[in-house]
Amino acid sequence: MIVNKISVMIGGEAGAGITRSGFLFAKVCLRGGLHVFGTSDYQSLIRGGHNFYVVRADAEEIYSQTDAIDVLLALNKETFHLHRDELVSGGGILCDGEELGLTDRSLGRDDLKLYSVPLKRFVEELNGALIMRNTVALGAVVALLSYDLEILNGVIRDTFKPKVAILNVKAAKMGYDYAREHYAADFDYRLEGRSSAGKQKIFLTGNEAVGLGAVRAGCRFFAAYPMTPATPLLHFMAPLNREYGMIVVPAESEIAAINMVAGGSFAGVRTMTATSGGGFCLMSEGLGMTGMTETPVVVMLAQRPGPSTGLPTYSGQGDLRFAIHASQGEFPRLIIAPGDVEECFYKTMEAFNLAEKFQIPAILITDKYLVESHGETEPFDQSKIQVDRGLLLIEDEYTGEEEYRRHKITENGVSLRAMPGTKGTIVRTNADEHNESGYTTEDPELTAKMVDKRFRKVDALIKDLENYETVKLYGHEEADVTIVGWGSTKGPIREAMKLLLQEGLKTNYLQIIYLDPFPVANVRKVLNSTKTTVVVENNKTSQLSSLIRQHLLMPVNHKILKYDGRPFNPGKLSQRIKEVL
Amino acid sequence: MVTLEDLNTPKKNTWCPRCGNFGILMAFKKALMQLNLERDQVVLVSGIGCHGKMVNYVNVNGLHGIHGRVLPLATGIKLVNPSLTVVGFAGDADCYDEGWGHFSHAIRRNIDTTLIVHNNMVLGLTTGQTTATSQRGFKTKSTPFGSILPALNPVAHALVSNGTFVARGYSGDVEHLTSLMVEAIKHRGFALLDVFQPCVTFNYLNTYDWFHQRVYKLEEEEHDYTDRQKALEKSFEWGDRIPIGIFCKKEKPTYRDNLPHVKGMSLTKVPITDVDITPLLESMT
Ligand SMILES: Cc1ncc(C[n+]2csc(CCOP(=O)(O)OP(=O)(O)O)c2C)c(N)n1
Ligand code: SF4
Ligand SMILES: [Mg+2]
Repeated sequence: MIVNKISVMIGGEAGAGITRSGFLFAKVCLRGGLHVFGTSDYQSLIRGGHNFYVVRADAEEIYSQTDAIDVLLALNKETFHLHRDELVSGGGILCDGEELGLTDRSLGRDDLKLYSVPLKRFVEELNGALIMRNTVALGAVVALLSYDLEILNGVIRDTFKPKVAILNVKAAKMGYDYAREHYAADFDYRLEGRSSAGKQKIFLTGNEAVGLGAVRAGCRFFAAYPMTPATPLLHFMAPLNREYGMIVVPAESEIAAINMVAGGSFAGVRTMTATSGGGFCLMSEGLGMTGMTETPVVVMLAQRPGPSTGLPTYSGQGDLRFAIHASQGEFPRLIIAPGDVEECFYKTMEAFNLAEKFQIPAILITDKYLVESHGETEPFDQSKIQVDRGLLLIEDEYTGEEEYRRHKITENGVSLRAMPGTKGTIVRTNADEHNESGYTTEDPELTAKMVDKRFRKVDALIKDLENYETVKLYGHEEADVTIVGWGSTKGPIREAMKLLLQEGLKTNYLQIIYLDPFPVANVRKVLNSTKTTVVVENNKTSQLSSLIRQHLLMPVNHKILKYDGRPFNPGKLSQRIKEVL
Repeated sequence: MVTLEDLNTPKKNTWCPRCGNFGILMAFKKALMQLNLERDQVVLVSGIGCHGKMVNYVNVNGLHGIHGRVLPLATGIKLVNPSLTVVGFAGDADCYDEGWGHFSHAIRRNIDTTLIVHNNMVLGLTTGQTTATSQRGFKTKSTPFGSILPALNPVAHALVSNGTFVARGYSGDVEHLTSLMVEAIKHRGFALLDVFQPCVTFNYLNTYDWFHQRVYKLEEEEHDYTDRQKALEKSFEWGDRIPIGIFCKKEKPTYRDNLPHVKGMSLTKVPITDVDITPLLESMT
């Protein structure tokens, strides 16, 4: 009997409510006091095609999906055939055998069990919409796992409108009763509710965590043009605008979006936009303008595999160098790569603070796997990071002795930022090279001075970053191998470390969170004392390795790269780590 | 009371002598004086081109942006702080070529801003190439055998996009232009003011003389600017007689009117140090 350790895949056609059902099941596990992780895989189409969502639940802390599937909830035949062989020995497939024409014989493997539940028939009996079969199935899964139906009912009630909830609770019960009656105690897996210790955990996507960070940071203006996988952030922000006094604009293009948020920030509020690689290309010129005009903005770049349109709904890390170099000329910028939902929240807040403090654009670089997977975490601590707006004049009037100059040359390069409309000031800025007052200049000496002024902010920023966690080190101090990564590879890497430890290999993991300015000292400190380094990235050319070489004049020993649009699975990753050593 | 002196800047003007931009510059300063607007309450947003230098020549708040993006920049500023008077200055290439993708959207949004287009029917600052509004047959370095395209009609486009204020001026008539600017800025909603601006260096065709012979004022012929259909008809008048003045004017709700939660509110005034996200966190357990 395997207790409280399970991986469930729900698969079906696009539009069949796969992600929603997976999410509900994950919440059921979460509320039972288990640790959960959920990730989705879908294609760039609206109906048909194949979608799946994987929920992993465990009594121990977990960071990603695993390689194996224990239960497959197949809503269509394709799911059954595509994923049957991913099931572990002893696993079970739950489906509507009578509807899909599947029986034990269809399994083709004698180490699997088929649990057929008449999902469609039950929905028809209830006179419900077809999509409700997902709820029947969830009820059946809960019974198969000898779990508590009441927890599922609670999640249903919290998720659906009252009328719909009542019907779904009935549907869940039908599936539950049927499975209990026919398959009770037949399955080798169990979930046992554990009294959840302490506070309730939250369960959310990276996009939602970034959105919460933005709202908490006081973002007042968000403009974006839809592009997977950044679109859900727009969806998250849009309905909050009334409650939180924000303006959310669906822009006509990414060019419009970046320029709108630049305008909004120039006017004096915190602003943000979000996109993926293609949209970020279009934003490049505007990004440079924010650098030149010293206008703080926060941009989330949620990567997907390129080049060009690439794999629209899949994941990759091919845009790191692009983010670092996007736009012509040279200007200071900040690039932060959160690696899990918790960091998505706190790093977003840091991005807003640092963007304003140093009057630069801040790019949060994420990817599909991070922003569209669900992770579990403690409710965010709102007192952990305070809003710091830097040298911003919020009073209605400027009372300084000298005339106000937006781009006044200062020791650390940061000039007092007044909002247009402030009495006693004329606020002028300029995408052309300019003097302290914002007037266009072509004077060679002044040009060099202004470039230096802007770049002094980098020195100040690097100094300030000493107070930030620019890198994190996980695992044994004295490790045989140091794994180095950035962004969403964090979860699979931490899982792989567990597996490697079971095999007696001590590893540690250096997560580089701030990528520009590159945290040279902190990275060097770790890499100087490592035996072997393995860089793990979801790209072809190992862009992080090139950064390490560039900044530390240090080669890395091994690279493990994956660029098929899918995240690493921990089992495969640990194997590949062993192979390269 | 703001004076001409207050509005001048120390920057040396670099436009060609007799450039049509001077008329626009003078009209704008006069309009600001007539409207009695405080300098610190006005934001001038300009694009890239000869026209973009406006930011250097008027002593008000200014944002000299990148080529073609006057409209989204102005949109961001005004949405965030509606108490500011936001006036954009774009070129014909700037707005009708590079930034064309924003034009109808800005009109549809009807944000209370003004866009003044220095329409010299040529790319000035890049030393004379054809633009969207260059006339068919116009010979430039990029069209040595004459432009083979018909000119784009910005006024007609603005009218069919349901523009709430659509006007055309001529920089050779500063007084008239000033009055149009005053009306455009006063208009509650998005105002387009396309301005014929002779480029004396690169446009040999559409010269002061050429315009003088052709332009006539709509108001002198009792044009009813509440009649969009009529206005559209007028917008196609081109040849021996070309109308200037207000084609169409109509009050409609602005973008912000449809956002009751921030009505009349400047977002810059809202404190952000303690936004409480507890309810959102609770909904995620
Ligand atoms: C993205 C981009 N493309 C091209 C240019 C080069 N450029 C400078 S000014 C200009 C256009 C000028 O034409 P217009 O907007 O009509 O302004 P004018 O000089 O006539 O006032 C161009 C294309 C640029 N600065 N940026
Ligand atoms: S090139 Fe034309 S538009 Fe530019 S300043 Fe000279 S006359 Fe004016
Ligand atoms: Mg021009």
